[in-house]
Amino acid sequence: MNRRYIFSLIGLFTLTPYTVAAQPSVQYQAADAPVANISTHLPGMPPIMDQGTWFHGIFNELEGRYSPKGTNFRWDGEGWYGSDYNKFWIKSEGTLEKGRLSDGQQDFLYSRAVSSYWNLQGGVRVDLDDGPTRTWAAFGVQGLALYQFEFQATGYVSNKGRFASRLEGSYDFLLTNRLILQPQVELNLYTKADPARQVGAGLSDIDTGLRLRYEISRKFAPYIAVTYSGYLTQAHRFARQQGEQTGTTRFTFGVRSWF
Amino acid sequence: MLKHPISSSRITRRQFVTGLGATTLLPNAARATPLGNSNIPAVSSNQWDLRIQRSKITLDGKTLNAPCVNGTVPGPVLRWKEGETVSLTITNTLKEDTSIHWHGIRLPSQMDGVPGLSFYGIPPGQKFTYTFPVQQSGTYWYHSHSNMQEAIGLYGAIIIDPLTPDPIPCERDYVIFLGEWTDAMPDDIISNLKMQSDYYNFRQRTLASLPKEAQHAGSTSAALKDRLMWSRMNMAATDISDVTGIVYTYTLNGHAPDTNWTGLFRPGERIRLRFINGAAMTFFDVRIPGLEMLVVQADGNNVEPVPVDEFRIGVAETYDVIVQPKDNRAYTLFAQSEDRTGYARGTLAPALRMSGIIPPMDPRPVRTMVDMGMGHMDMPSMSTMKMPSMNMGGMAMNMPPSSPSPIVEDPGPPPLNVENQNIAQAPIDRTGSPGDGLEHNGRRVLTYKHLRALRPGTDPRPPSREIILHLTGNMERYIWGFNGRKYSESGPIRLHKGERVRFTLINDTMMEHPIHLHGLWSELENGHGEYRPYKHTLISQPGSRMSYLVTADVPGMWAYHCHLLYHMDLGMFRTVIVS
Repeated sequence: MNRRYIFSLIGLFTLTPYTVAAQPSVQYQAADAPVANISTHLPGMPPIMDQGTWFHGIFNELEGRYSPKGTNFRWDGEGWYGSDYNKFWIKSEGTLEKGRLSDGQQDFLYSRAVSSYWNLQGGVRVDLDDGPTRTWAAFGVQGLALYQFEFQATGYVSNKGRFASRLEGSYDFLLTNRLILQPQVELNLYTKADPARQVGAGLSDIDTGLRLRYEISRKFAPYIAVTYSGYLTQAHRFARQQGEQTGTTRFTFGVRSWF
Repeated sequence: MLKHPISSSRITRRQFVTGLGATTLLPNAARATPLGNSNIPAVSSNQWDLRIQRSKITLDGKTLNAPCVNGTVPGPVLRWKEGETVSLTITNTLKEDTSIHWHGIRLPSQMDGVPGLSFYGIPPGQKFTYTFPVQQSGTYWYHSHSNMQEAIGLYGAIIIDPLTPDPIPCERDYVIFLGEWTDAMPDDIISNLKMQSDYYNFRQRTLASLPKEAQHAGSTSAALKDRLMWSRMNMAATDISDVTGIVYTYTLNGHAPDTNWTGLFRPGERIRLRFINGAAMTFFDVRIPGLEMLVVQADGNNVEPVPVDEFRIGVAETYDVIVQPKDNRAYTLFAQSEDRTGYARGTLAPALRMSGIIPPMDPRPVRTMVDMGMGHMDMPSMSTMKMPSMNMGGMAMNMPPSSPSPIVEDPGPPPLNVENQNIAQAPIDRTGSPGDGLEHNGRRVLTYKHLRALRPGTDPRPPSREIILHLTGNMERYIWGFNGRKYSESGPIRLHKGERVRFTLINDTMMEHPIHLHGLWSELENGHGEYRPYKHTLISQPGSRMSYLVTADVPGMWAYHCHLLYHMDLGMFRTVIVS
């Protein structure tokens, strides 16, 4: 659309009060289209500030998981700073069991809004815990699928040329306006095994839970849950050979909170 | 709940307004009282000294160091006279910039009080004098246009005496200023909405509410189908107000419901009630159970009197109504928020300390396909359908006939993008609808079609140009704008001085937006031809298409925006340049 052409037309248009054109000419042009060299306000003082930035953090999981075979503590959270279009994200998760930190995964991402509900994210992932450290480049999507389903899918490539992917989803069922049942699942996939990190090729591990939270306030919601974490396919075989637990269902309680 | 430590004698003095001319409150001798100042000065004045200051005010247990005028919320009622030139000197004692915008007043643009468009604002410790001729009459209001001070106390009423007396004389005259009170700071509210847009909505559809919905919809499967439909679009049918009674106490003349502002009358007297919606984010549905209201003025302009039981007042609108209570009893002024999470309340009574019955709130509205812009579909409406409509007849839903203009600037359907989540496929004329939650409620409810000006319009020319604008937004990201763009990503809307323009608003969002054009009248095309009503703020209903005419007769940079404060602040704002 040639904006300049349209505006010159409007500029040429002179007022003829009592003429009604038989055929109105429709110009497919927004009257408020941005124009070069015309300010919408006095210098240095916009009447509103619609380019604000915000800072928020949320712990979706901050919980103790109990089973007869042992208890662990797990967190999963994210924080972001930025504007409507551009944000810097940190995602962090990990499990602490018997003084040993495992499954520690930190993503540092730039996030760009690309559609009504979706954001593209790219950056770095660092596996940081008591196991060997691994570093990955990350690229993925995060947003709201149909039916208000929260979804994240991220692909990773490591400095050793390995590929991995993490899929996460959750859904909020409102039992009442404050009592909310949330099924959640996280899956990790790898192209190559990494036994030192309990990783197998293919679908490697699953972490899933059914959490029932009560929102005392929006920002503070204690919950009870049933969680399951376990290894799948090749990783499942590794764990069995090493005599480790292959998967455990645990009674869980924790707090979902954000600021 | 904390009550105010206020002696009843003081309430008595302040509330004993025996109509015009009974109280002698000098305009500048404002009394700092936390319970607002709704006294109408005995006489008009054209010289005003107003002080913007912080005052610690507690209402309904919520304490706020509110920026306000002369220490009260609302500020003093300004009474002017048509034909005079007023001069108002504002002293800013705040630690931040401030401004006052005279909402709905026609004046030179440099007196309009919008920082960044009209002037550079009033810096801390500085004075600014507004001077302009008053060329209109009726009920208006003023509020800050700086840093969201409007949301936390900087507002008040304006009454302009007409040159020729009002058609229906009244023995009593009261300002009824509706507002909100909260100790939640505007920045925090916006931040919460950016993180979770339904943060304040605790009236959503849940498992617990399913049986009731199934009853309304006719079957459980119908109710589930409706839910799935909304869910598939990532929207909520229960999204009525973005900020709700969870944090708001709704106020009437600065009083919480329990402190019961009271206006006195003697049975048989005619009372003029000047309703002003000075809230930041709340539409009110107003009624006085047991009294018929005669709507005589809208946005300061006289209309053919319309008898109604109820009316919806959008943010920044004003309506004058006349009531004539015959009985020696108390009547409740009842203004429930559109989402039914609370109400503002006052009383008209023959004596102080009387209370009328407070009616129960209506069921909260639920959005339908019409709100989505799907036009009329025979969907089982989930709203209450208990009684047949008793609205006044003769309301065809067809578009008002309008002459096509030689040029139509049509941006086409808005894009579905980061800033817009919906396109109204078949927007309809909804000026004949009283609004979501008021249809078929068994009461006579005002609609825009009822508004017929008392005098024909002053500019008979047909429009030479039509400007179509889409109201857009993305509730999920809490972004608002026009044509899928925020203010900062858009250019000005340019009008030639003297040009006659038709604005057509298509609302692609599923919420009402009160659209306010500064400095120029908006003449609603509602089917009354030359008797179209002149307004300064028009509610665009969800899924609707609405047109109004504008004569660009005052040059300058004018603000044009949605008057829901947080929608405006997040992008639903444009500059209109008349040159």
